[in-house]
Amino acid sequence: MNSTKFGKYGGQYVPEVLMPAISELTSAYENYVKNNKDGFMDDFFDRLRDFGGRPTPLYKAERLSERYGREIYLKREDLLHGGAHKLNNALGQCLLAKYMGKDRIIAETGAGQHGTATAMAASYLGLDCEIYMGKKDINRQRPNVFRMEINGAKVNPVERGSGTLKEAINETLRDWSKSVDTTHYVIGSVVGPHPFPKMVRDFQAIISQEAREQIQVEIGRLPDSVVACAGGGSNAMGAFYNFLQDEQVNLIAVEAGGKGIEAESEGKIAHHSASLTIGKEGVLHGARTKILQDADGQIVESHSISAGLDYAGVGPELAYLVDEGRVIPRIVRDENAIEAFFLLSEMEGIIPALETSHAIGYLENHVEGDLGEIVIVNLSGRGDKDVETVIEESHRLGLKNQTMDRIKKGI
Amino acid sequence: MSLIKNAFSDGPILIPYITAGDPDQEATVEYVAALVRGGAKIIELGLPFSEPIADGPIIQEAINRALEAGMTPRKFFELVSMMDCEVPIVVMTYYNIVHQYGEIPIESFVSDSVKCGISGMIIPDLPVEEADLLLKICNENGVDLIFIIAPTTREQRIEKIMEKISGFVYVQARLGTTGVHKDVSQTTYESLDRLREYNIPKAVGFGVSNADQAAEIIESGADGVIAGSVFVDMIDKGRMEGVRREDTGRLLEEKARELVRGIGGGTENNKP
Repeated sequence: MNSTKFGKYGGQYVPEVLMPAISELTSAYENYVKNNKDGFMDDFFDRLRDFGGRPTPLYKAERLSERYGREIYLKREDLLHGGAHKLNNALGQCLLAKYMGKDRIIAETGAGQHGTATAMAASYLGLDCEIYMGKKDINRQRPNVFRMEINGAKVNPVERGSGTLKEAINETLRDWSKSVDTTHYVIGSVVGPHPFPKMVRDFQAIISQEAREQIQVEIGRLPDSVVACAGGGSNAMGAFYNFLQDEQVNLIAVEAGGKGIEAESEGKIAHHSASLTIGKEGVLHGARTKILQDADGQIVESHSISAGLDYAGVGPELAYLVDEGRVIPRIVRDENAIEAFFLLSEMEGIIPALETSHAIGYLENHVEGDLGEIVIVNLSGRGDKDVETVIEESHRLGLKNQTMDRIKKGI
Repeated sequence: MSLIKNAFSDGPILIPYITAGDPDQEATVEYVAALVRGGAKIIELGLPFSEPIADGPIIQEAINRALEAGMTPRKFFELVSMMDCEVPIVVMTYYNIVHQYGEIPIESFVSDSVKCGISGMIIPDLPVEEADLLLKICNENGVDLIFIIAPTTREQRIEKIMEKISGFVYVQARLGTTGVHKDVSQTTYESLDRLREYNIPKAVGFGVSNADQAAEIIESGADGVIAGSVFVDMIDKGRMEGVRREDTGRLLEEKARELVRGIGGGTENNKP
């Protein structure tokens, strides 16, 4: 039997009502994803090419390379259909649901990227789709709400708690416990009960599969480091997975430092989302992993300027790889992510998602010895959705930036 | 025989659920006493967790109120000790609370439960697959670990669960989360049917709110009725309308009496 765990992390901590669905999904995962039953994976890769636009380029960012005195390569997941890596997983799971004979899809979303990708994939495959999204996230990610609705999905606002990703996951799990017979839950990251963390990783692993080949074709060797942002951790696991065996390649997961991890927690609120860096072992949303929690085991509200990283847990495999020393967790704070947002936009003509801006921000704020000469940064998503947030936040944080000055002056 | 199993020995029983610390600790003491006066033979007491994924809106809100009023696992144990309840108490909480508590994960929680007189545990996000450690420690300490059988649980899993269960089996009446419903679902009968051959008390919960439902459940072969959201809702209404605690207590007692009549036990505790 294949293990449901990564060391002590992972597992299946879900209500009994969901266990049969989880078992059914586990068999489907083994058959279709692991063993390519009925040519499932071939079908998946064909569709990623034709519908998704894969492979995405690995692009050498010349001006950034010059600035940092290293060769910086960007894996352009922002060019995947929908503008983020999320489609790899959403398409994989929606297709799997179809192979399993389920005709309804539900999903949670934080930034709205996963919801958007799921709505697109469901519409493309002719499946009914409902998305749960926290009220606060709906307010800060309006454009994505419209995109989901235009693609025919129903968006259900979740008012409870802080109205972010955590509550959206709770509510989607509750829906699933009523609707398991007909419905597949397309979870948006490498989190949740087994088999989700492995399955989502396998769908996202195409990122590192391509990047590993591309870099060798380009320069004839492996990179010294791969950098990816990590909230739940799906783009990070996707970008790292095929490099895990290459011990000379540093794998760096950049978490949202928010206002700084040293900032005092206020009651049930943390000022960051750095669960890999300072989370404690516990059980959240079906898996044992590293979690931001108080001394009693109550989950605290996380914070990040980027909705997609704003989560109190993290994928169990990443927690395991951090304990093993294979993945290095680092943090980048809100204001440094915003600086990186402008930097990449101004120097390379690419507006990155605020999530991705944390990975870019690490180039500027790195720990000595991490990066080496050849660096691949997973450019996990584009930032059109974040423009409003960036304008507001840079004003609030008093960041000095030429672009911002011009915008404020109305030029 | 465990105190919990023993509670079923005089015929079918009522098991009410309320959330500890909703709206405050003193109220919980009063309400538990009222429910016992109304004929409850086991009390299921919720220890709040911030992410109650198995609970519907009514109990979620109760949990939020309790957390906001400062309920913690330590205060919960103090509260249970202080209650000195004459019927067995089962704690209902989520696994992270059990895992995080005290010096030694799991062990500290179980031993403090025993110290304050708790007889059993229901951990809805802990399926049998993950329960070995807690089960071992519960067995060593004489605490019953109660598992849920859902409408989706089929024969093979039932067997697996029945090998590990103690106290009673919690039969989830319908898909979804906890809440109030008017009818008894067909799935209840089917689940009870699947469990007929097992010699362990069967209590049905998730959606029970009136005497007719309670009667139907017992007629179809259950040994107990679990009702939560209906009581929690009354507590909330009382709080919102500024009803005195004693009066809410009286309403809870009456509701319990009504359900007990439905159950047909007729063994209401008549102690003041």
